[in-house]
Formats: sequence, structure tokens, C-alpha cells
Amino acid sequence: MSATEAATRVESTNASSNTQLSKVEVRNLDFYYGETQALRDINLSLADKSITAFIGPSGCGKSTLLRVFNRMYALYPGHRAAGEVLLDGQNILAPNVDIASLRFRVGMVFQKPTPFPMSIFDNVAFGLRLSRRIARAELEQRVESALRDAAMWDEVKGKLGEDGRGLSGGQQQRLCIARTIAVQPEVILFDEPTAALDPISTLRVEETLQGLAEKYCIAIVTHNLQQAARISNVTGFMLMGELVEVGPTAQMFTAPRDRRTDDYVTGRFG
Amino acid sequence: MSRHLFRKLVNVLALALSSLATLAGLAFLGAILWTLLKNGVAGLSLDLFTQSTPPPGGSGGLFNAIFGSVVMTLLAIAVSAPVGVLAGTYLAEYGRTSRLSSVIRFVNDVLLSAPSIIIGLFVYELIVVRMGHFSAIAGAVALAIISVPVMVRTTEDMLRLVPQGMKDASTALGAYKWRTTLDIIYPAARSGIVTGLLLAIARVSGETAPLLFTALNNQFLSTNLNAPMANLPVVIFQFALSPYKDWQQLAWSGALLITLSILLLSIIARFVVSRLGAGSGRT
Repeated sequence: MSATEAATRVESTNASSNTQLSKVEVRNLDFYYGETQALRDINLSLADKSITAFIGPSGCGKSTLLRVFNRMYALYPGHRAAGEVLLDGQNILAPNVDIASLRFRVGMVFQKPTPFPMSIFDNVAFGLRLSRRIARAELEQRVESALRDAAMWDEVKGKLGEDGRGLSGGQQQRLCIARTIAVQPEVILFDEPTAALDPISTLRVEETLQGLAEKYCIAIVTHNLQQAARISNVTGFMLMGELVEVGPTAQMFTAPRDRRTDDYVTGRFG
Repeated sequence: MSRHLFRKLVNVLALALSSLATLAGLAFLGAILWTLLKNGVAGLSLDLFTQSTPPPGGSGGLFNAIFGSVVMTLLAIAVSAPVGVLAGTYLAEYGRTSRLSSVIRFVNDVLLSAPSIIIGLFVYELIVVRMGHFSAIAGAVALAIISVPVMVRTTEDMLRLVPQGMKDASTALGAYKWRTTLDIIYPAARSGIVTGLLLAIARVSGETAPLLFTALNNQFLSTNLNAPMANLPVVIFQFALSPYKDWQQLAWSGALLITLSILLLSIIARFVVSRLGAGSGRT
């Protein structure tokens, strides 16, 4: 870690202790795929140590929003975001932001489990080795604690040298979660993390997520309304690129303010 | 009902025709292999692998030609593999949509199907004429030019098979593109790249025309890269055309030898693919 980066981290801890609630602030965010506008004037804040879920019909822009937080969209030419996304008060959309260090701070888990073609241990160590030189003993200890946090240490502790692709689908997804939290990010983004999993594996991943909420700021996109209701503290409902309503999850599912939210959560359209 | 019957008939007819076409193709292949085996096996002996090519009437083997073929093929692959893999990487990962890569892709496809005799002539003009003599180096260069497009094409195809999600996951962890390529994409596509390498060797080891213009031939065992070097294809070409019975026998055995080694390479390539998985996962 560079000196400046370390400084930012220190600064960020101070900042977050002042404004405990808001880890990420989104202000007037617009997003474009070429000519098509995919997000319209999003304003939102993500609380630290809590889970914010985004729900809405397909194509409403919830995955797009998630991909702004770690600037994954920058991989594709023509994708463009306007507005501000403040991570601990620092605008991550600014052109001078180093994208690699941003992604050390904002991790992401995808819909399909994507174990790398290497051992379970190396999968989890991958991100750690990227960020800096690290002693073997510390590496082993960080890998173990990441696997513990992902609730899979007991399942894999005897076979860390085996290929990660040999695990079951649910285990692979928790391996991907372990890989993401190993670098100790501040924010973790989950893009439909259980959409490709069976119900039992889904349950395990949800339990893992709730455990992680004690330490991290978590944002999750899901098609599964029950999932959002089960695990999130705050829910945002999106429709055609707009954030229709955001509020405490219990209220969103029982007494939403907006009629469209009510229609969606009660299954009248979608 | 009759409509149903008609469709059934058409189906049977189509099946019969395509089976017949397959059989015809296989029959020729079988005939070639049979002839090769029948005529080649007679000449297989230890001398074939230990003695150099004899003068007419003398006894000898193909050792110098086998040695030359192996040396020039290895040299060619040593040069073309890095070039081919890196160029394929550029096409698949870096310049996927750029104008330059569509030009490279087009030129590569042209080169892939260029008659090898033209490449032989090109290297003849480029190296042999300027150096004033035939040489193993010129032969290796010609073979390298032939194998580069094969490597480029297979590498690009194999890298494209690596799921985008895997690359995205690496990027999301903060890896730059070259790190992702080196640590994730290459290992995931390893068996595919190795297969491409083996296919390139197989392709190159049977080439005759380019060697005729470059390495020519050598009656004796030579380790000098700056001099003409014997090689299996050209020896087969010359011995098969000769009026001498024993030379013709050596040509048959040489042809069998090349065919068997290419067969072996293909089997290894298939084994590698099935063992390590075509590209990404093993499921």
C-alpha cells in the first residue's frame, strides 16, 4: 500500500466515525450506455455495517447502479457516468481516481460463481497478493480468516491445495465471497449472488451475508423479493432507471409510500 | 398421414446420403493408411533410426533426416510460439474491437491458407539468395512463418473461450489487465494453447515445399545450422522419385514415420484437452 493510500485510509476512518451512517453518498447520478440513458438522477446513501438491497424488474438499472460503485463500467467503451459518488467523502467518479485501489476498497461478487483456475488457497490469496508483498505466515492467517468469515473454513480446511473449480456451486460462490473479503474492502457489492444457486446453498450464502453485515457496508442486487426482505436493512426500489423509493426494508414491504413500489412488492406487476 | 410418411422418407434419405459421404471420405483415408502401412512396415528397423541416408545400393537409414526435421521444427516452434501466443493475446484481449485487429485477423487468415510453396519462395529470396547457400536456418524461418498463423488463430480462439465473468472477477479485485491475462486467462486456457502448439508442430512437420527451397537436403548428418540440412519430407520426395528400390523403401518408411508421429501428436493433443478441459472449467 502506498503512503498516500494509507493516508486516505486513515482519513476515511476518521470521516466515517464522524458520519457513522453514510459510507457511500450518491448525488445526481446519471448513467449512459452510449446514447441510451440507463440511470436518471439517482440520489442515495449507503449506510456502513448494514445491507442495502436493490429490487426492481429486469432492465431497471439496479445492476448498472452497482457497477458504478466500483467503476466496473469503465471496462466498456461508451459507458459513462455523470454526477458524484462519494466514498467517505471522496468522489470516485473523478478522473484522477486510481481504479485498482478503488477496487481494493470496493469489492464485488457476481451472479455466476467464478473460481479462478488455481487452488482454493490461491483463489483466496489472489487479491492479497495483488495489493502488496505479503509474508507467508500473514497470508495464511488472512486466508483462513477470510474463509471463516465466508463460513466455509470447516468445509475446505483439509483441502486448500485442491482446485477451486472442483467445489460445488454454492461452495464456489462462498469461495468468491472469501476471495473478495480477504483484501478487507470497505464496501462489498453483490450482484444477484444466489441467482445461480439451489435453495440450500442460497440459505448458506444469505447467512454468510448477514454475518458480513457486522463489519462491512454491503449493497446487494436481487430478483428475489423474499431475499431482500430476509436479509436487508434498507431496500431501494428501481424502475426504468429511476430510484423510485428507498427506505427501511420493513416499511418498504408493508407500507411503501409510492404506489409503484406497492404494486411491485405485492406482485401486481413485474 | 402421407405427409408424415413423406417427412420420414426424406429423413431416411438424408441420413443415408450423409452416411455414404462419410464412408467415402473414410474409405480414402483408410486406403492411404493401409498402403502406407503395407509398404512402410517392411523398412522399419533399428538402422532406420541410427544410420544416415545411404548412396544408391548401400545400406542406411533416415537418422540424419529425422534429426534435421526435429531440429528445424523445434527451432521454428521456438520462434513462432511466443510470437503467435502474444499476437493471439492481443487479438483476444487487448484489441478485441480495434480496427488494427480486424486487419491483423484478416491478414492472418490469408497467411493461414497461403500455399506453403509461396512461403518457401519468399524465404528463398529473403535468406537463401542473400546468404548464397541453402541452410537449416532458412528452413526453420520458413516453417516458423507457416506455424505463426496457426498459433495466432488457436490462441485467440482459446482465450475467447475463457468466460468473461472470470476476467471481470479478477478486474473487480483490482487486477490490471496484464495480471489477469498472466494469472487467470493463460492458466484457464492452458490446455487449449498447448493443443494449438501441438497442432502447429503437426502442421509444420509434414511441409515439403518450403524446405525444398530453403534447407534443401544433406546426404550426411549435419549439425551446422548455416548449411543445408536433411529432413524427412524432402528425403521422401527425392527418394520416392528415384529409380532405386532401396531408396523407395526408405521413402515409404519415412512417410509412415511422419504419419505415425503426427497421429501420436494428435492423440496427445486430444488427451491434453480431455484431461484439462477445453478451456475454463472441468465440469
